[in-house]
Amino acid sequence: MDTLLQVLLDGMLNGMLYALVAVGLCLIWGVMDVINFAHGEYVMISMYITYWLGFLAHVDPLVSMFAGGLFIFILAALTYRLIIKYTIGKPPLSALLATFGLAMLLKNLCLNRFTPNYRILSDTWLGDRTFQLGAIIVPVPQLVTALLALAVIGLVFFMIRSTRFGWAVQATAMDKEAAELMGINTERIYLLIFGIGGATVGIAGGVMPTYLAVHPEVGTMFGLIAFICVAMGGFGSIPGALVAALLVGFVEALAGYYIAPVFKYVAVFGLYLTLVLLRPRGIFGW
Amino acid sequence: MADPILSLVDVHAGYDGVPVVFGVSLEVMPGEMVAVVGANGAGKSTTLRAVAGLNNPLQGTIRFEGRDISRLRPHQTLALGISYVPEGRRVFAKLSVEENLRLGAYTEKSEAEIRRRLDEMMRLFPVLGERARQTAETLSGGEQQMLAIARGLMSRPRLLMLDEMSLGLMPTLVEKMMETVVAINRSGVTVLLVEQMVQEALEIAHRGYVLQSGRIVQSGPSRELLDSEEIRKAYMGM
Repeated sequence: MDTLLQVLLDGMLNGMLYALVAVGLCLIWGVMDVINFAHGEYVMISMYITYWLGFLAHVDPLVSMFAGGLFIFILAALTYRLIIKYTIGKPPLSALLATFGLAMLLKNLCLNRFTPNYRILSDTWLGDRTFQLGAIIVPVPQLVTALLALAVIGLVFFMIRSTRFGWAVQATAMDKEAAELMGINTERIYLLIFGIGGATVGIAGGVMPTYLAVHPEVGTMFGLIAFICVAMGGFGSIPGALVAALLVGFVEALAGYYIAPVFKYVAVFGLYLTLVLLRPRGIFGW
Repeated sequence: MADPILSLVDVHAGYDGVPVVFGVSLEVMPGEMVAVVGANGAGKSTTLRAVAGLNNPLQGTIRFEGRDISRLRPHQTLALGISYVPEGRRVFAKLSVEENLRLGAYTEKSEAEIRRRLDEMMRLFPVLGERARQTAETLSGGEQQMLAIARGLMSRPRLLMLDEMSLGLMPTLVEKMMETVVAINRSGVTVLLVEQMVQEALEIAHRGYVLQSGRIVQSGPSRELLDSEEIRKAYMGM
């Protein structure tokens, strides 16, 4: 029983991290109908920022995650301005292929600059702190990440649902031309949504080096998992992505513990395949 | 004579670089109601879309109150006082009537002012007041058209452009809509409307332009156009 609870807790904490990575992708898809294939690479870049700030300047990840968030906001806004902007209104495949190219570029740039070595940041404030909750061990860095994820997702959700900016975003998502006729600068909405989508994933990547090794390939799996979370949740639905991410976290942890660690992604992608076959529009899709 | 509020000089416009409007020139005076009529595919919508900034002209100049707006985007033309009610209504289906209207006043930040305009719209179209909380998709075609017009008026435009507002409406309803447009025009809003219902449009407009295959083939006071043998033959089946 205790083991099961422990496994579920680990799954939930991981799931929250996936949710934080997925929410940005979800936002961009929901508003712009664009799938950003470089999303996972944003995670990786942000992890490197945290790593190097920690390694060279002894800045703690809890501080440098804001730098990561800001940097990825700018990187994502530039991605929109220099690449995505020219694919809007073109076949959906063009944005997909362009961001795929960007992902390759970023990955290989880091490979070239930073070598494929795994790098681990030690001596962080959260470090490998844990605490005991009954018979369960709670890892503090993962817990902080999960709480942070909840806060960021909540903030994004609130921003979309309840602010003037969010209104403009919703109108743009529903009918871009009609939104323009209301006086909304949809170009700016797109730029900001891409930036905000990037910033959320930048924050995610910013805290991760506390407990995960950094290397040029690290983002790919996160990008892929974020993609299936968004697809399973129903494209564009933030609550859907959150539920799907938790589901992925649980399945991954359960399969990893009760079957075999190497089997965990088989279970995750098996779940994805089953779900999209049964419900192609996703859990919260319409 | 006063300066025109809107003038198009030799405007060529189209989609993806392929022109469908070839050298249209027209003028609208302040306070006037002008109709652009013609068959389906004549380039009427394209002309209005070019004015609104949805697709900038490939060639030629569009001036609004003397200012060149040929290269502006829709949110900029709206800020100057142009409101375009697009063909097909394009209301936000999943949003309520009130939310749709509020989006129409997106650029207005004062809540008191927005409320004042909401009240005004609900007086102009009482049915919208009755259905303020319903989503736009539950409205009938005519009600959606009223919502689209009201939404377009929420920004307090000086020039209101109406694109095929009679499309898909019952004849009795068309008549009512036309009366409302006359009332809007009398309240001081300059109106430029585009219509396939040539007779109905010309009956309410001061002047008209006849567009055919992307070119203006005839223009003048509505009375003259209504009496024109060619127009009666070509568009009114007489």
